Amino acid sequence: MAGAGADKVTSTDASMANIVQFDNVGLRYGTGDETLSDISFTLATGAFYFLTGASGAGKTSLLKLLYLAQRPTRGVIRLFGEDAVTLPRRRLPGFRRRIGVVFQDFRLVPHLSAYDNIALPLRIAGVREADIETPVHEMLAWVGLSDRIHAKPPTLSGGEQQRVAIARAVIGRPEILVADEPTGNVDPAMAARLLHLFDSLNRLGTTVVIATHDMHLIGSVATAQMMRLDRGRLLDPTGALRFPPGHAAS
Amino acid sequence: MSRSKEARPERRLLDSGRTTRTMRWVMAIMLFLTVLAAALGLGALAATHSLDRQLAGRLTVELVEADPAARDRDARRLLAMLRADRAVTAAQPVDPARLAKLIEPWLGAIGSDPDLPMPALIDVDMTDASDAAVAALSARVTHVAPAARIDRHARWMAPVSQFMTLLLALAAGIVVLLALATGTIVVLAARAGLEAHRGTIEIMHMLGSTDVQVARLFQRRIAGDAAVGGAIGGIAALAVAALVGSRLAALGSALASGAALGWPQWVALALLPLAFVALATLAARIAVLRALGETL
Repeated sequence: MAGAGADKVTSTDASMANIVQFDNVGLRYGTGDETLSDISFTLATGAFYFLTGASGAGKTSLLKLLYLAQRPTRGVIRLFGEDAVTLPRRRLPGFRRRIGVVFQDFRLVPHLSAYDNIALPLRIAGVREADIETPVHEMLAWVGLSDRIHAKPPTLSGGEQQRVAIARAVIGRPEILVADEPTGNVDPAMAARLLHLFDSLNRLGTTVVIATHDMHLIGSVATAQMMRLDRGRLLDPTGALRFPPGHAAS
Repeated sequence: MSRSKEARPERRLLDSGRTTRTMRWVMAIMLFLTVLAAALGLGALAATHSLDRQLAGRLTVELVEADPAARDRDARRLLAMLRADRAVTAAQPVDPARLAKLIEPWLGAIGSDPDLPMPALIDVDMTDASDAAVAALSARVTHVAPAARIDRHARWMAPVSQFMTLLLALAAGIVVLLALATGTIVVLAARAGLEAHRGTIEIMHMLGSTDVQVARLFQRRIAGDAAVGGAIGGIAALAVAALVGSRLAALGSALASGAALGWPQWVALALLPLAFVALATLAARIAVLRALGETL
């Protein structure tokens, strides 16, 4: 599974302070009302964000725009310093490899073992088999699934599947980690452990965006910033999300 | 099971099942029919070539003369002239006894009656089978014996040759149609596979997989199915073709033995499944890349 054809993405600005920038972004499915309207914010490189909001507020849609599963109906999205809206399709894989995603429904490959699911991003990126085994075993140990290495998703509990999904999202050391309710199916102890994993990753420079309802989780990361969605609009009364401190308005 | 004994990781991405087995058998049937049709075509081609080789330049000089003495005299002169002719490689009088045997089914034993005015026949092989060469020889023959006429074998074997050509065209048409049908089946199978593995493909895309990487999975799968099916169908068809060939040889017919396949034809037939594997792989690649191109 060599990564033939995937464009290598290079940042246009090595010292890029903002890894993501949304400007008046709108998203509409079909001909209905806009699911997201006038979304404008900036994510600083290496920062930690929680995205909250009631069910149906548009959290998952916003995350889809972030991990390039959806193109916006209007507005500008800049990712890694490049315009992600007009990005040619052939360049998407290169961008996606820099983003780790924990899907709300896990999206594990059901006929692959936990090991193979976690190894998938590395194999897609063309990493040699010999270089895959150690990090996968480490990740399995991290998420407490060393004894479930050969288990396939249908035989795993919801919490175990979630942990496999998280391990798969972080194994490639992504520059951005996007997680949709990543602790929804695990007990508090495991949630704390996973959050510690996200925090560790964040300390290594990964920008983390976690969509969650869990207020306890939100309170446990002191440095995290809050993004709150309400009926498709981002609440930013102070403008701190759009123009964060130190942000050079362009 | 140890990891090393499992299938390679990329092969595990598309789970196999009933579809794979069905595809193999469909490919086996298609290749069986294709190789048989090709064998028929190559046999017809070989028979046509054999006929051409046997009949080209072969003719019979008929000397119809009621007076046996004059007939025999003219026949001797004609034979001498033909054997001296540069355009003739061989001239052989047909034995009257053989001639009598040939007409026996129609006239009975009367054919050997010396009072029956039988024509004198001389089989001639020419170096040049062109119309001009035959016309020139015909002029020289009638100069020696005005009552003589020339019968070109190719003329009365023309319907057989045309039938062989028709068989060849039919076989070629069947091979082309089967190739098209195989390509279509592969495209449909690839699309069905894309639909069946939509979830896995979406995950792969989200993890940064390229279309070519996804297409390669399907190519590999379909090439494998086509190879297994092609081997089964191809070997079965070659066995049937060999059996039919041996039965044809046993007939003792010049035409049937002319249809026997030589080793180049057998090699061509054996390569046909490989060509179909390549066709299936290409069709799968194109179908998958096109379908993926419509997604984000």
